[in-house]
Amino acid sequence: MSEISMHDILSLLPMVILAGGILVTMILIAIKRNHLIIFISTLVILLASFSCLVYNVPETPHNIGDLFIIDRFGLYFQALILFSTFVVVVLSYISLKNLFPQKRKEEQYLLILLAALGSGMMVISTHFISFFVSLEIISISLYSLVSYYRELEKAIEAGLKYMLLAAMSSAFLLFGMALIYAVSGKMSFTGIATILPDMNTSHTIMVVAGIGMMITGMGFKLGVVPFHMWAPDVYEGASSPISALIATVSKGGVVAALIRFFLMANLYHFEKVMLAFTIITILSMLVGNLLGLLQNNVKRMLAYSSIANLGYILVAFIAGNNTGLHAATFYMTVYCIAILGAFGIVTIISQSDAEATSIENYRSLFWKKPILATALTIFLFSLAGIPLTAGFMGKYLVLMAATENAHWLLAIVLVISSVIALYYYSRLILVMAKPPDDSVNLAFPTIRLGGVIIVVLLSILVVWLGVWPEYLMRLIYNL
Amino acid sequence: MILVWLLILLMGTGLLAWLVAKWSATLSRLISLAGTVMYIVIVIFLLVEYKQNPVGQKWTVSFTHEWIPTFGIQLKLAADGLSLLMLLLTSFLGLLSVLISWKEIQKRVGFFHFNLMFELAGITGVFLCMDMFLFYFFWEVMLIPMFFLISIWGNENRIYAANKFFLFTQGSGLLMLLSILGIYFIHGHNTGIYTFDYELLLGTVMLPQTGFILMLGFAIAFFIKLSIVPFHSWLPDAHTQAPTAGSVILAGLLLKTGAYGFIRFVLPLFPEASHQFAPVAMTLGVISILYGAKLVFAQTDLKRLVAYISVSHMGYILLGIYAFNEMAMLGVVMQMIVHGISTGALFIIAGMLHERIQTRDIEQMGGFWSTVPRMGTMAVLFVMATLGLPGFGNFIAEALILMGTFLTNKTLASIAALGIVASTIYALHILQKVFYGKEFKPRSIADLNIREMVVMGSLALLILGLGLFPNVLLDVSTSSVVALIEKVNSLNF
Repeated sequence: MSEISMHDILSLLPMVILAGGILVTMILIAIKRNHLIIFISTLVILLASFSCLVYNVPETPHNIGDLFIIDRFGLYFQALILFSTFVVVVLSYISLKNLFPQKRKEEQYLLILLAALGSGMMVISTHFISFFVSLEIISISLYSLVSYYRELEKAIEAGLKYMLLAAMSSAFLLFGMALIYAVSGKMSFTGIATILPDMNTSHTIMVVAGIGMMITGMGFKLGVVPFHMWAPDVYEGASSPISALIATVSKGGVVAALIRFFLMANLYHFEKVMLAFTIITILSMLVGNLLGLLQNNVKRMLAYSSIANLGYILVAFIAGNNTGLHAATFYMTVYCIAILGAFGIVTIISQSDAEATSIENYRSLFWKKPILATALTIFLFSLAGIPLTAGFMGKYLVLMAATENAHWLLAIVLVISSVIALYYYSRLILVMAKPPDDSVNLAFPTIRLGGVIIVVLLSILVVWLGVWPEYLMRLIYNL
Repeated sequence: MILVWLLILLMGTGLLAWLVAKWSATLSRLISLAGTVMYIVIVIFLLVEYKQNPVGQKWTVSFTHEWIPTFGIQLKLAADGLSLLMLLLTSFLGLLSVLISWKEIQKRVGFFHFNLMFELAGITGVFLCMDMFLFYFFWEVMLIPMFFLISIWGNENRIYAANKFFLFTQGSGLLMLLSILGIYFIHGHNTGIYTFDYELLLGTVMLPQTGFILMLGFAIAFFIKLSIVPFHSWLPDAHTQAPTAGSVILAGLLLKTGAYGFIRFVLPLFPEASHQFAPVAMTLGVISILYGAKLVFAQTDLKRLVAYISVSHMGYILLGIYAFNEMAMLGVVMQMIVHGISTGALFIIAGMLHERIQTRDIEQMGGFWSTVPRMGTMAVLFVMATLGLPGFGNFIAEALILMGTFLTNKTLASIAALGIVASTIYALHILQKVFYGKEFKPRSIADLNIREMVVMGSLALLILGLGLFPNVLLDVSTSSVVALIEKVNSLNF
């Protein structure tokens, strides 16, 4: 490998800022524990990293050895990850203040930044080593984040479940990589692509088996059926901002890495692999939405919604070519905004010691907190793909990708599962629209203005992207 | 540009009405009233302009603006005679909806009017858009406010009804979206121009089988909107549970969007497939006429009963559309308008009765004639109109449809004519049960007040006027209809 030049460091600057910021935050905590200071310094780090990223977009992709590639696609996903992290950090502040007022708070920001760093590195990885290491960075920070409120039984349960399953999935991933390495002798994505065409049959079988195992590992991170079992429990056990972090930062990184891996290693022509993906996708859409129907817990419902939405993204991913990948990127973006907003509302209306997870917490929200209820309705409509929201444009792009490449089965399953999904989204909306029942008077916590502002901004963003998607589409089409 | 202002006017009124409701509910009502009055004035102005235009010009007004150029999606609105007639109906029923909700809606007045205005905006968009993507967009936009109208202000079983309505229409809409995307790509592959522009897509060449499948996607969506048997089961629930204004808009306008979709999109885009499909569609139409009429007898809920009358009448529309001749098509246009008026009026009467006696069960009604003579008179008038008594618009419409159909398919036309007999029986049945006969129990109920008289009187004048001078309406739509029929029949079968 060649030496790392100044140029390499500069193009990695956003991530370097993030990594340095983590150290600085750690030192700050050691000097003095102050929630507000740590919160603000986290935001500053994120903003610095983000602005550095935006002002430093390269014209041509820049390779750093075999390990990383700095291109517009990767930077776009890094920006998305930083944006999501920013929202999660703000929500964490509210959640930490509301839920456990007297306990340790500061380390959560550290861990969140770590997850963002891992995810940000993952989307620019072009090598098994860098990919795996960044994946583990996310996993390890999530183990502790999920069980952060260790006084709660559910959090401990969720943390353990996540750790055991994530460790196992990492083992699968590693084994898959090993198999591919065994026959190809390559670990970089492009290297694999050059070796693949000249392989004999027995080697190809090894490669397919290896990819299959990698899909298992990545599928777990994406929470797609049949690797989804952990998702509802973990979403329920973790605090809402952390659930949002898993749903956006962790999944977004893996989606980008998946796209990059398949494109660079040129794996689209493995029919068996694509068949496996098709089955996973169909199952995710149907099972996610069908199980969503049965939920009375809003966080579990959002978990299933997230499973189904990842299924939609995979539809676009399977469709491949430009339309598909752009659709996947667009959908990932709008999905992130909507799910962040939805978890944001859950965070905001949660009281100390108990999050607003039951559907009954949302009864007649329309008449008590019309702004929050309207915002949540917009997010849910976006997740359901109703016009005037960004989710509709996303779903439209996905359907377009599917029909263009004649994946009719996927398109029709998508349509059917969207209709199923509507039922549980509309159920929550209808509960919010119920007239106030004076006999059960659930007290509302004091709503923090910062939370309201961020949620309202997110909902405006959803509507804006639903009505004028052109700007974002152009951005994505130029990736 | 004026077409865009129509949409902005409605949405702006809705938002404003929502905002001011915090301070005064009456002000919110007044704003909506002003908005709909302005809307009706603009539409009449457009109609006058249309009349003065030389014949042969395709669109009276149109507006095109880039929306999402990456995909060839435009904000393209245009109006011809047919669209203008539908707009007239929309504006009129919109105005009435505001008036009839004046007393009925007492809670969350602002949000109600917000939904009402957005519903009208969605419907207006559907009747105007000339871009397939935009069409789907508005098609879905008109769904959400209605969902809220039913689920918040509806009757006892509203949640179930709202969900059923939502799922049925959303699901069918997505099938239509698949078909739209299908045409988009076929046209794109053929010509290299990827566009959703309706006029460019018109001549798309495709394999017969593909065309048929794509046509089915549209047809199912429109069947469900039009509530053709066997796709009708959402309608009785939605109509029964909706507040009166919701029922009026559902019956008067939402159902018509289905018919409009057939006329504007299915026939011109898929002429060949439509010809293949005609026997099936006409049979479904006849089944709807008879089955809907039969079900009317089984109903004890007054609003549900009127809902099944709608199912029956929509059968005529489907029958007439697939007869592929001018006479039937003019009848269809006529039927769309008069059904909006007469069924709207019946729903209003049902709503007024419900408001007064708190029940819709016709077993608990009877003998109202003596207590509420004015309402009784109006009821007789509209029931007679519904059964197709000569002198009312409905008669002209049904007669035109049946005569037109007779030219193409004698058997089905004859069977469909039986529907007229059935409608006579059920119409008399309603009057007998509700207004004549013995009083169920002595009640003191108020007769129509001035506001209600204005509403009912204007409806009565319209339906009579259309019966006596149908040409006023037919003239406006003739050029659109002639062009359409020529296009569809130019295939020489």
